[in-house]
Amino acid sequence: MATYNTSEFKGGLKIMMDNDPCSIVENEFVRPGKGPAFSRVKIRNLKTGRVIDRTFKSGETVEAADVVETEMAYLYNDGEFWHFMDETTYEQVSADAVAVGETSKWLKEQDKCSVMLWNGAPLSIVAPNFVELTITETDPGLKGDTSGGGGKPATLETGAVVRVPLFVQIGEVIKVDTRTGEYSARAKS
Amino acid sequence: MTPDSTNTWPPTCSTALLHQRAALYQTIRYFFADKHVLEVDTPVLSNAASCDANLDSFSTQRISNAEQQLYLQTSPEFAMKRLLASGSGSIYQIAKSFRQGESGRFHNPEFTLLEWYRVGFSMADLIDEMIELLMQCFGRNLDVYTLSYTQLFQQRTAINPHDTTLDELFAYAFAQGNPEAKSICGNSLSNALDYVFSQYIQPYLKKNIVYFITDYPVCMAMLAKLSDQQPITAKRFEVYFNNIELANGYEELTNVKQQQARFESELEQRKNSNAIVVPMDKNLLAALAAGVPECSGVALGLDRLLMLISDVESIDEVLTFPLNRA
Repeated sequence: MATYNTSEFKGGLKIMMDNDPCSIVENEFVRPGKGPAFSRVKIRNLKTGRVIDRTFKSGETVEAADVVETEMAYLYNDGEFWHFMDETTYEQVSADAVAVGETSKWLKEQDKCSVMLWNGAPLSIVAPNFVELTITETDPGLKGDTSGGGGKPATLETGAVVRVPLFVQIGEVIKVDTRTGEYSARAKS
Repeated sequence: MTPDSTNTWPPTCSTALLHQRAALYQTIRYFFADKHVLEVDTPVLSNAASCDANLDSFSTQRISNAEQQLYLQTSPEFAMKRLLASGSGSIYQIAKSFRQGESGRFHNPEFTLLEWYRVGFSMADLIDEMIELLMQCFGRNLDVYTLSYTQLFQQRTAINPHDTTLDELFAYAFAQGNPEAKSICGNSLSNALDYVFSQYIQPYLKKNIVYFITDYPVCMAMLAKLSDQQPITAKRFEVYFNNIELANGYEELTNVKQQQARFESELEQRKNSNAIVVPMDKNLLAALAAGVPECSGVALGLDRLLMLISDVESIDEVLTFPLNRA
């Protein structure tokens, strides 16, 4: 079992804490007055996303978490699990609703996602920064209105709802920034 | 500037910082020359070491005598006190110092201290002089706030540091989400006080104010004299500026018996915490027995001072070659 010493702590390092895989956000070496040296660490629990502050005695060791981030293609959803495949090894994994979370509304078959695996099982999924999705429902906009001001809600093929300009119509493919959930442009067809 | 980690020959500081350091040293030397404080130079290599339970010295041997352990100083304090006992009068030194431990944003195992001793000065006199020096180094007026360790501790935690217990401090840390405090501090009250201070008090000090924190609990006296009124406090002060611990000073303990007793208790703590047991400085004790004049002294981290003056984020930006490039 791999371990890390506090002197190896740095942002991004994956460690086990309270039986959960965690990622170090920030590490600061503290040597108060003339007191005991320790590391003050901000840690993100990769299961819950919660960030907590902890301190570690200098020289203490912690267990490493077997966490890797890898690019995988989204295959399909069987109603309970979302299935992904590593396109170089053809290895497949299935992620539950907890791991997929809000990302599910951006997932389209064949899109390349960043999958974080813990002991081989998906911990979280990050959609591509931009996805192209078809509008399945939106109010017909006024013809000739290209101002884009105001906009209207549109439902996409994955169920996501985004605000789009008035001139965009049902059946059109649009590009959405998944980080902000905002309409970016009409996709070139 | 992000140093390229593969290319380790160039310095991590800019040329401008080389000039800033030189200018800072010049300011300091003018300042003390003007006050007739003598610049001295004492050895960094010594037969004895600091007994402080939380300080680990670098050590080495001579080829001709592998039995003889030698230690790199953690500060020039002991040698400078021997000069004081010999009648040097007020002295200062810009001294390389060495402490084992990790590197970090504020730490490098080799660093530079400005340490000075003023014969006949009280702690308050020395604080005044330090404010004057800091303003000259920064080249501007500074907002200064002096308050006692007790005031600050009570304001923030509602705990009286002179009258607290390990259990109370650990319960406080536990309530703040740090149950691990107990394992970090062991059964040392001063460790627990330091932990609580650096976790829950220091980070909340206001920016752009130089804090002089005075009158420490007796268990944190180190080499400071104790007050004669109740509650008894140690005449020790620390200086914090923009969250950086900048200096540590004492109205110096000149009583040899008390000093020896403190060294012995520190060595006992070292034994209990499985730290390497080092020889206490017999020459310092002999100097105290011969008579160190009443004085106050302070050690100021010059690398950190330079960080504050030049407003940089990491100590590497003011050092030429931090340990991984040295």
